[in-house]
Order: sequence, then C-alpha cells, then structure tokens
Amino acid sequence: MDSLTFLLSGTILAATPLLIAALGELIVEKSGVLNLSVEGMMALAAATGFIVVSATGSHWLALFAGGIAAMLLSAVFAVVVLFALGNQVASGIAVGILGLGLAGLIGTPYEGMTVAPMARAPVPLLSDIPVLGPGLFNHPLIVYLVPLVAVLLWWMFRTAKLGLVIRAVGESPESAHAVGYNVLAVRFAAVLVGGFMAGVGGAFISVVSSTLWSDGMIAGRGWIVIALVVFAMWRVERVVLGAYLFGMFAIAELLVQSMGISAPSQLLTSVPYIATIVAIALLSRDGRRIRLNAPVSLGRVYAGTH
Amino acid sequence: MRLPWTVEARAQRSPFAPLVAPLAAVTATILAGLLLFTLLGVPVTTAFYQLLVAPVSTTFNIGEVLLKATPLLLIAQGLAIGFRAKIWNIGAEGQLILGAIGGSLLPIWFNDSQNPMMLVGMALAGSCFGMGWAAIAAWLRSRFNANEILVTLMLNSIALQLLYYLVAGPLRDPFGFNFPQSALFPDVAMLPTLFGGARVNAGLFVALAATVAAWFFVERSMTGYRLQVGGVAPEAARYAGFSEKRAIWLSLLIGGAAAGLAGVFEVAGPLGQLQRVVSPGYGFAAIIVAFLGGLNPIGILFAALFMAVIYVGGDIAQASAGVPYAVIGILQGVLLVTYIAARLFVDYRVRWRRSAARVAAH
Amino acid sequence: MITREAATATTGAQVPLLELAGVTKSFGPTVANEDVALSIMPGEIHAILGENGAGKSTLMKMIYGVMAPDAGRIRWHGEDVTISDPAHARRLGIGMVFQHFSLFETLTVAENISLSTDQSAARLSPRIAEIGDRFGLPLDPAALVHSLSVGQRQRAEIIRCLLQEPRLIIMDEPTSVLPPSGIEPLFETIRRLAAGGCSVLFISHKLEEIRSLCHRATIMRAGKVVGSVDPAAETKDSLARLMIGRSIPQPTRTPARPGKDAALELRGLDHVPDDPFGTHLQGMDLSVRPGEILGIAGVSGNGQRELAALLSGETALPRGDRDRIRLDGSGCGDADPGQRRRMGMAFVPEERNGRGAVPEMSLTLNALLTAHGRGMVRRGMVAHQSARDFAESCIAEMGVRCAGPQSEARSLSGGNLQKFIMGREIRLAPKVLIASQPTWGVDVGAAAAIRQQLIALRDTGVAILIISDELEELFELADRLQVLFRGRLSPSLDRAEADTALIGDYMTGGFLTEPAVATPPAAAA
Repeated sequence: MDSLTFLLSGTILAATPLLIAALGELIVEKSGVLNLSVEGMMALAAATGFIVVSATGSHWLALFAGGIAAMLLSAVFAVVVLFALGNQVASGIAVGILGLGLAGLIGTPYEGMTVAPMARAPVPLLSDIPVLGPGLFNHPLIVYLVPLVAVLLWWMFRTAKLGLVIRAVGESPESAHAVGYNVLAVRFAAVLVGGFMAGVGGAFISVVSSTLWSDGMIAGRGWIVIALVVFAMWRVERVVLGAYLFGMFAIAELLVQSMGISAPSQLLTSVPYIATIVAIALLSRDGRRIRLNAPVSLGRVYAGTH
Repeated sequence: MRLPWTVEARAQRSPFAPLVAPLAAVTATILAGLLLFTLLGVPVTTAFYQLLVAPVSTTFNIGEVLLKATPLLLIAQGLAIGFRAKIWNIGAEGQLILGAIGGSLLPIWFNDSQNPMMLVGMALAGSCFGMGWAAIAAWLRSRFNANEILVTLMLNSIALQLLYYLVAGPLRDPFGFNFPQSALFPDVAMLPTLFGGARVNAGLFVALAATVAAWFFVERSMTGYRLQVGGVAPEAARYAGFSEKRAIWLSLLIGGAAAGLAGVFEVAGPLGQLQRVVSPGYGFAAIIVAFLGGLNPIGILFAALFMAVIYVGGDIAQASAGVPYAVIGILQGVLLVTYIAARLFVDYRVRWRRSAARVAAH
Repeated sequence: MITREAATATTGAQVPLLELAGVTKSFGPTVANEDVALSIMPGEIHAILGENGAGKSTLMKMIYGVMAPDAGRIRWHGEDVTISDPAHARRLGIGMVFQHFSLFETLTVAENISLSTDQSAARLSPRIAEIGDRFGLPLDPAALVHSLSVGQRQRAEIIRCLLQEPRLIIMDEPTSVLPPSGIEPLFETIRRLAAGGCSVLFISHKLEEIRSLCHRATIMRAGKVVGSVDPAAETKDSLARLMIGRSIPQPTRTPARPGKDAALELRGLDHVPDDPFGTHLQGMDLSVRPGEILGIAGVSGNGQRELAALLSGETALPRGDRDRIRLDGSGCGDADPGQRRRMGMAFVPEERNGRGAVPEMSLTLNALLTAHGRGMVRRGMVAHQSARDFAESCIAEMGVRCAGPQSEARSLSGGNLQKFIMGREIRLAPKVLIASQPTWGVDVGAAAAIRQQLIALRDTGVAILIISDELEELFELADRLQVLFRGRLSPSLDRAEADTALIGDYMTGGFLTEPAVATPPAAAA
C-alpha cells in the first residue's frame, strides 16, 4: 500500500472513535452537564464490545453492545448528578474510575486476545480513485456513518426544535423550567445518548481499529474527547475538524517513521497529549469567546424547584 | 420527570453530618465488594476475611496497610487543599511519577554514595519535580485560562511516557541486562523501615506531619481561609480581593509537592529503584481519599487508611483466590460514587414529594 | 379606565376566573404563604400589593405551577385544579411575565418564543410583529436577546405570553425595569388586554401605579392576606398602612456640607467588558466630595454592574489607565479590591449572598472577608477572637437580627444580611463608600434603617456613591444625581433641579443630544 494511503486510512480509523464520542459529549455539554467519565465509558464499551464480538462474531452487535454498556454506566452518572445533585467534576471522575475497573474485570479473561477485523465496505467508484480512494473510501460501513451523524447533529442544533430545547436547557435550566420544559428529562436523555455514543466510540477501538483487547487500551482518548469539545468551542463542525486533526496526531508515530525520522517512540506516543495541551491553551486564551460559546450552566448543579 | 423529592440547602448542619456520607459509602463499598467476590466464586465468608480481616490480621499486613496509606495520605492532603479552592488537580499520578524520577537522580548518579544527607536531597529534588510538573498546569491555567483538569490529565500520560523513556534509556541500569529499570539504590537512599519484617517506612511520619500541617493550614491560616472562600464563593473572593491566580498557583504547587514527595517515598521505600511501574494508581485513589475524607485533614487520615485496606485486601484476594486486580478499581469507583450520592442528605434537607395523590387528583 | 363592574358585564361571567383558598407554602421553618385567599374576575386588573418578603412571588409561582402549594385549593373557572407545572398552567390559559426574565440570551426573540409554542421561529416572526402592532410592543423577531435592552426583553416576554392567548397574565413587578416614560405605554397595553377580557395579576410594591391601574388590590403582609380593597378609593398612605402596618418611614436629613476636593473621581473612563453580553462604558466622568451622596440613576442593564466592578476593583484597568479612577487624588484604576480598601474605599455590592458575604460561612468568618486587615491576622494565622469581636460590633451597631456571630450568613434574611455587610463596611472607617442597590429586596423597615445610616455616614464626612435603579430611593438619599444610559453618564444634577420628568428623560438618553454633555460634573455641581 502507498504510504499516503496508509496514513489517510490510519487517520480516519483513529479519528472515527474520537468523533463519535466527542459528538456525544457535545450533546451532553450542550444540555449543561459536564460528563468527565468518557474514558471509563469508552473502556467499558471496548471490553464489552470485544467480548460480544468474540462470542458472536458480529461487529455490529459488538458496537451496539458497547454503546449499551456505556449508556448504563452513564445512567449511574446521570442519577448521581441529576438526582443526588452531585458535583459534576467529582461524579465524572468517580464514574470514570468505576468504568475502568469494570472494564478491567470483565476483560481479564480476554487480555491480549484478538478478533477478526470488520468487513470493509468500499464505496463504489470513489474507492477506485488512486491513493485517496483506498485511504478514504475503503473502510467498514460504520466509518462513513459517523460523519453522517455529525451532519444530523449540525442540522439539529442549527434549526430543529430539539436542538433549541437542548441549548435552552444548557443555558438556563431555571428559565427552561419556567417556560415549561422538563430539565431533568432533557438532561437525562442527553447523558444517555452521549453515553451510547461514547460507547460506540470505545467499542470501535477494540473491535474495528485494533481488533484486540488489552487493559488500559483507551489510553487517555476519553480525555482527549473532552478536550476536543472545548477545542471545538461547542460547535459540531469544529468537532469534526478537531477529531480528524487529532486522528492525525494519533498516528504521528507512523507519520514520522514514514518520513524516515528517528525519534523516541515515547515522545511520539505523547504527541496527542501534548497537542491537546497546546490546543486547550491556545483556545482558552480568549475568555470572551469561551463565554460566548460555552453552555452557560455547564457543570452547575441544578437543584430544581419546589 | 421531576425529582422524586424536594431539596433545600441546609442552613445549619448537625455535628454528625460529616460522618453520614463516608460511613454510608464505606458500607456500600463493603457490600459491593462482598457481592463482587461472591460473583467471582469466592464464598462470602472468605471474601469478608480477605477484604477486611486479613489486611489487619498480621504485623506484616498491618505494615502493608500503613505502607500504602502513606502516599495516599500525603497526596490526598495536598489535593484536598486545592479541591477546597475548586482547583481540580487530577494530575497527582503524573506529579508522583515526576517526583519518583526527581528523587531517583541522586541515588542513580551517585550510586556508591555514603552521604547521610542523600534522602534529604532526594526528597527536595522529588518534591521540586512534582511541583514543577504541576506548575505547567498552574501556568497554563493562570496565563491562558486552560482547564487544569484536562491539562493535568494529559500531563499524567506524558509523565508515564517520560518515565518509560528514562528507564529504557538514560537512567537504565547499565549492568541490568537491558531490563527497563534503574540500578538499585544505595542504603543511604533508602527510608528506614519501622518494625520487624514489615515494609512500612519512615515516610509514614512525614505523611502524619503533613496531616498536622494541613490541619493548621486549612483551619487556622489566613491563606487557607482565602483559598476556601475562592472555592465556595468565587465572586466573594474577587470582591474581597483574594487573587485567583495566587490560589491556582498555591493549590497546584502544594498538590504537586505532596505527590512528588510520595513518589520519592515509593522509590526510596518499597521499590528501591526506578522502574516502569512506580504507583498502582495512588494519584487517582488519593482523589477519592480526599473526597471521602470530606476534604478535611482528619477525615482524610481515616479515608486513607480505609483505602489502603482495600488495596491490601485486593492484593491478598488476588494472591490467594485469583480475584482480578481490577476489583480494586471497581471498589474505588463505588466508594466515590456512593459518597457523592450520600452527600445529598448532608448538604440538603430532602423530603419526598407527596406527588402520587396530587397527580391522581386531575 | 374600565371599572370592575364594566369588565364583569362585558364578559357576562359571574364565576371568578381564578380563586384561591387556604393556600399555604413553607420553606423549612419559614412560612412564605399562609392561608391565602384570592379571587379574580375575568377582565379584571388585580394588584397583589406587599413589600419585599411578603410572599407575593411565592404565590405567583404556585399559580403558574413553578411550585406546588403544601395545602389549600386553586379553582380555575370554578373547578378545582392542581397545576403541576408551567406547561400545564399555560394549557389552562395562564401566562406569566417574570421579574427576572426567563429568556435565553443566546437565542433570538423568535427562537425564544418558539420554545413555548409548537411553531418554528420562522413561522412565528410575522405573528410577533402583528401582536406587537396590536398591543403597542414593537420588537425585531430576529434580534438576539442579549442585544436587547431590559425594556425590550420585557416586550418579548409579554408577546410570548400573548401568543398563547391566555385568560390570565401574571406580571411580576413589571415596571421595575422601565424608565418613567415606559410605564404609561405598558399600562396602556395592560388596559387593552383587560378590555379584551384577559385578566391581569399585577404584582407591585409601588402604590401610585396600583392606584392608577388596578380595579382591585389584594394586600399581603408576612405571607398572609391582610385586606382586599378598591385601590382608587384608597390613599397612598392608607395603602402603605395596610402593606406594612404603618406609614412608610422617611429618613431625616440636613443639607449636605461637602468638602472641597473630590474623594473619588472618574475621568474619561472607557471600558470594554470581558463579558460578551456586558455594557461598553464610554467617557465616564464623575466626582464625589467628602460629605455628599452622589446617586447614579438609570434602568438596570445600562452599565451599572460594569461601573460598580470598575469602582470596587473587581475589574482592574490596565496600568496605563490607572489615573482614570482616583481615590483622594491618587490613581487607583489598576489596584485590586484589597489595595483600594487599604486606600480607604469600601464597597457594598448588590449581591449579598455569594459576593458580599459567603453564604456557608459564619458572620465571624464573613467579617474576615474585608476586615482581615484590621488586626485579625497574626503571623499568617487568623485571630478568631478579634474577628468575632468585630462581627459582634457590626451586629450590635446595625441591630442585625441573628443568633450571634456564629450564625451562617445564609441563615439571615436579606435585610439583616445587608445590614451586617453595611455595618462591616462602615466599621472599616472608609473615606469613600460605594453602595450598589443598597436596599434591593430588603423589607421597608430595614431599608429605612440602611438609608438613615448612609445619611449619618455622609454627615461624618464620608464621600458616598450610590448606584440604584429605584428612583424614589435616590430622591431620598442623594445630594446630586447622574444618570447612566447605555454606558454613558449624564451631567450631574443637583437635588433641587432633579425631578422625575428630567431624570426620566435622561434615563432614555435625553442628555446625549444636549450640548451640555461635555460639561464635567465637578463644574456642573
């Protein structure tokens, strides 16, 4: 395979789970809830998905099962922050640790095992384009579906009533309640949907892109997902951009090797983390912009009314 | 969907309120642990014994509990100061790793040294490294307003890669058959152990001293007061003229120094060298310890001991019954989740809605 | 004006539209509403009169389904109902215009309104224009809410309400956000509504307004209904007696004898706020001399918040602009609040819980917040005894009702906490005191005490600046007045030359067209 093809294909595979999970987190944050447990949700989903694909051989079922597992975990988070009024930062960390622990436990018998890759669905005509075709259009079907989800969400937050309601709840839950919306229901649903999407992302990593399970394989991607949402200033189109950009950083190791430069592998592994820090610092500098774009009630406890 | 209860912030708290949530969380965690062990095929009585009795049944095991409580206590005291100011340093794990690296430099470079001041130098170097690592987050937050949660987390991952790089290369034992670890430390670089056979070492006293210092800092000092105002009422802190930047720097530096010192105690204690694994997640567990202790220095002391029991109990269960080590992570998660949920009853007066009758009325 | 009889006759209904009996609601130990009864006929403009803390807002929230009563019954068209939430209230035909608006700043007017209807923003736009025309409420449907003035936001709220064709509209202190010239048009809108058969519940503590607008007034005191009267047949004083049990106390004052040199000065202050929804302050000039009170009037949202933060130091200017703010002649624009306090400035902010005081902390620890420099810290450690003594003196001097210095700030009523904060700042013996909305949400008795203290403080030679959106309060207190409008300050007016008409004109920007704008306030005074 051509090295450019290889890099394009690697970027797409690395970016897809980040994108779906970040879109999920975007929905959650737009509703005013900061769910920091993405790492744990993705890990649990990766383990669950791997177990399901090992048992059934169905990658689709594995992705779905991963989504469900993460959604159940996110329900725990939702109950703690929405009903028990827990601090969102601490609750997210707590549920994240729980998820990592559960993933480690159920995954123990599968440590180091591999599964068959997901069937590819080359796009007719497009995949025949030299170099670009095999890099961009010769992937499993799920890879093309995720950007479609992004388009759907972009439309939803721009024009659809549902998007408007989520934004309203995220800006001022008090006002949303006063005009008659059920803040808790909206937020609960947002957290569950976000959890499902994080789960699909996590399962994608174990059953599609790496086809193996090892404890700790999410390796901070869940946190990069959260950073992506900040980086994107809570805008769908920028989440897409950021996800593919970070997909590229994630394969920095391959990129550098393909250019024939030698560097310590640990440094290359650190590139996505360093890039995240730099991106966060650059993007946060303008406090006005953050305040203009961030959901106003993000992270705040909403105790409801009497 | 409505809350099935109504809540009001409590105006006055009973003196026992702070005990309610930790006790509820500990109980829930023990029950979850027994359930989990049972599901894994361990009989309940054995599970109970391994999880809670065995860790405190022999001198050696008690020593193990105290050994693991040392870094947890030290780190949690540092983190709690920041958490009270709502500065979320989630990077203690990375700061611990940097502390371990910093503390290892002297004994690696002067491997045959007999200098009795070696440990002091290591402690200083380690806490400075930990502080330095945390300072990156402090600088980025105060200068660029970069979220410290994300930055400290990323720094954890980078610290780990840095450690892998160092033990595989620059700091590797040249006579170590290419194993990714440093040379063993000289005796002057090792913390003295406290009682026969057990591995617990003098670091425990430092952690206890840090607890006393933290108590004075939090309860009595003006700086502690400033930080706390910043945490509970940031607008009031701004109004009073308490600098937010100072709070950020102070919180992160204290947390970083404590975690760095804990890292030194690991390499100068149970490990005796720098290697790829210097912490079984103490940096994260300490976050839980800080919360479980109610961010109160005395509460943290008890929370650290309980967490250490879980660690040792998990170790014993793994060794004797083949229970996966991941169980510890689950119990830690359950502990913090139930603690946060139980806080509802401490911070608020909760009353059930009499909604059923009213809904039926129309 | 339509009389009650006429209103009833036009609809021909004898059954009250809304009837409340025995409605009770308590929050923990505080009873907010006790055994409240109320009856409103179709087409009636009905006032709920009561001072701050009398329980008006709680009652309205129960009628609108935001809260549920603990006991009592609500009848709508003569039938018992349980209003489970605001959506239910709206389905019944009850609309509400909130005092603190429930609009979303990042959405447009049309999007905001579409959130409470089934229609899309695009479809609603022409209807918004049509309703605006019919009821005298002009508004651009495509405007983002954060770009609107407070008065325009109120119009958006009212239009949102009207689109649902309600039978009853609740208006919570609707005139508090309007300049004097905006009040009569609002009343005209309300009268048109009533003429069309819609009932209006008009919540206010302003007696004159109720007398000129309402058919009926229910008066509340301490959570209970103390009377139901025809307001036109009452005098201002008789209404006041019903409302607070006595005449409204007026502070006693002597003419000011100000010193010569300004204690606090602003010179050509320009500031673009960090908050993207904040007000840009431009070319601000003012000066306050020792022994006088300068009042800053204006409709809220015209830059009061930004001005107060710049004066207190919560927002600091860049070093180059330090001389734009002068304390006793020396520039302090770049100083933080602590430094300004040491220079002799004290500040009472508009938010008490969470800014002026830490709700979760005791009064002793709250004394420490600004008074820590007065011997309360020794070698870095807090000297609790002296902080406690300080708090006790504040409590005694201001007559703060609380269980002692160990009480948590949040356990105090708004008025008592404000007295404590005021006492703390006064005890700092400042040269300049800045108070923002000093009696917002405070009961009449405490407000009178606070105002009297401010006048007494002025007489000891302190320079006082008061920012308030209550004109009556400024007329009581201020020796001179300036008006804030869209981030600009009017020329200074002496107490004698300032009347409601002129100030009202300034509050809508009348001063901007006058040639005298450039006159510095010191010269004008």
